Amino acid sequence: MEAVQSTVVPLPNKVPTGIAGLDEISGGGLPRGRTTLLVGGSGSGKTILALQFLVNGAQDRNEAGIFVAFEETPARIVLNAETFGWDLAALQQQDKLYFMDAQPMPDLIQSGTFDLSGMLAALGEKVAELKVGRIVFDALDIVLSLLPDATSQRREIYRLHAWLLEHELTGIITVKADSDESGTISQPFGFMQFMVDCAIILNHTVVLGVSQRNLRVQKYRGSSFDENESPFLIGKGGFEVAVTRTLGRGDAEVTSERVSSGVQRLDTMLGGGYYRGASVLITGFPGTAKTTLSGAFAEAACQRGERTMFVSFDSDSNEVIRNLASVDIQLNRFVEDGSLHMVSARTITGSAETYLVRIKTLAKEHRARCLIVDPISTLSKSGNELTAHSVAERLIDWSKAAGITLVCTSLLDEMSSQSEGGSPLQISTLADTWIHLNYLVQAGERNRGMSIIKSRGTAHSNQVRELILSDAGITVTDTYTAGGEVLMGTMRWEKESAERQANELAAVAAKLRSVKLEAEEAELEARVKSLQVELAAKQTEKAVLARSAEIHESELSLGRDRMRELRGTDDVPAASSVRR
Amino acid sequence: MTPEVFTFRLYIAGDAPNSLEAIANLKALCETHLPDRHEIEIVDVYLDPKRALTEAIFMTPTLVSLSPYPGRRIVGTLSNTEPILQILGLGPAQRRTVAGVKDRHAASQLRRP
Repeated sequence: MEAVQSTVVPLPNKVPTGIAGLDEISGGGLPRGRTTLLVGGSGSGKTILALQFLVNGAQDRNEAGIFVAFEETPARIVLNAETFGWDLAALQQQDKLYFMDAQPMPDLIQSGTFDLSGMLAALGEKVAELKVGRIVFDALDIVLSLLPDATSQRREIYRLHAWLLEHELTGIITVKADSDESGTISQPFGFMQFMVDCAIILNHTVVLGVSQRNLRVQKYRGSSFDENESPFLIGKGGFEVAVTRTLGRGDAEVTSERVSSGVQRLDTMLGGGYYRGASVLITGFPGTAKTTLSGAFAEAACQRGERTMFVSFDSDSNEVIRNLASVDIQLNRFVEDGSLHMVSARTITGSAETYLVRIKTLAKEHRARCLIVDPISTLSKSGNELTAHSVAERLIDWSKAAGITLVCTSLLDEMSSQSEGGSPLQISTLADTWIHLNYLVQAGERNRGMSIIKSRGTAHSNQVRELILSDAGITVTDTYTAGGEVLMGTMRWEKESAERQANELAAVAAKLRSVKLEAEEAELEARVKSLQVELAAKQTEKAVLARSAEIHESELSLGRDRMRELRGTDDVPAASSVRR
Repeated sequence: MTPEVFTFRLYIAGDAPNSLEAIANLKALCETHLPDRHEIEIVDVYLDPKRALTEAIFMTPTLVSLSPYPGRRIVGTLSNTEPILQILGLGPAQRRTVAGVKDRHAASQLRRP
């Protein structure tokens, strides 16, 4: 015992129950060497929790355990436990588990008072023989009710408590009780709560026809604990208590790796895709292609070779595959090679907790790296309104911790406001990336608009884009924004076409103008040339004129001289005065 | 006819008051109703816990009838003799002696689970 305690148990004063969630709530397990009281109505899971405490101790911590059954025969308990996959027969053979059938015989005759010394003496023998560390007294109320009065009942409880302390056994005593609304136990053994060091209450209520199970630690001496009611589930592997992230838990590993959304343009809009391990919320009205968008993500994930799980609450898996094939998202091949696991969750009924646990279990079994839940808003249906938010929160929390990229869609009620209001679960605040899909009704058409409302840690486009589904796949196009209005579909096409025409006309007009200008330029150039020629002619003319005047002058003087010569005059100077 | 011998085993827990009371009550009953035809074995579960375990004795004191009605068990201090006599075939109808009348008032304490 001592060796086991020191090497395996992280906290010396606590015994881990090995039950998912319960150890977190109780801050490490049940008080070592002390008694824990487990109270609950019939069918609230007391026996299973207590038995699981023993099984986990025997299997994982090598601590032998004794189960004292006051209400059921051990054979029946063993049979019931088989559904949880616990091999009790093997544990019994290895002397790790011992069942004591302490049911009062139906034909028991009672004469006067009695006590439980015989049982404790017998148990003491077994405790020493098997080196027992854990013990469970299941349905102690059965034997206590045989005692004539409260005083003797109290005496036997004290006897039992003292015996447990003496043997340093970590014990669970289960007691049937009906709890009233406030969770206060109304039963004659109420004083047991004051005696024990730890008290856990199991509650089982039905809200709108859906069963809701809750566990609450009522007291825990010398230890802090989560005081709130935590939903729990009795699943395939036994007890599972739902806990939200507690402060003690470390942050999940964060990477900056991007994974494709399956739509190229969307990746660009998101600056490379979703973050690995992020939770993505796609909201929209029915028919806005939420499933298609998540299908694209699934296909992209499978193409990267990542194991993926697709949980569909709305349709049958085969329908989803067929419908997605019409937009060229071929999931069938991945289902066949085993990388994609399609889960049609219409078959799972029950509380939101059940869904969560089923999804978690299946995802673990499939070793999924990417998970799609379509739509997550189903969780808030009938009777689950109160728990759905917390379930969705824990789904996101869990997928983050497990490094699973989660894409969930959320249906918005058609009747709710057309604004991009919160999803019914109000998980939009939790999601890392929120993509909203909307219809835009214009000119007698509905077209799908896509916008990224938020994307943590990512620069993203603010613009509303149009989502076009065709047999070639999904494309995202820019919308046409004109006069403050976003145009989509045919109107966008018309507008674009008109713009194209206008552009063509403008181009032609510009060309025409340029040709015209060229012509004018050429004309001017020609004119410049002719003018230059004309100028040259004028200059020449002018030169000729000057030259001819000169010649004329010289001709005249020559003529005069000649005349003088001929006349024989001698008054040369006079001749010059005459000229003037 | 030779009288039948009644064999009993009484499981007690040390010197607990209710155990001592059971021994005294059993002895008195046997003296009154079965003089010279009874055998009593007393087993102390503290001294012999293995027997308590194998013979499934969880409440003490417990009286087990070994013969002539084997396996019949009576739990308690045996203060109320009426049910004991009943299962030993010594009830009022079958009674061969008139003892045990003083215990009739205690019949209201009879409890059957």
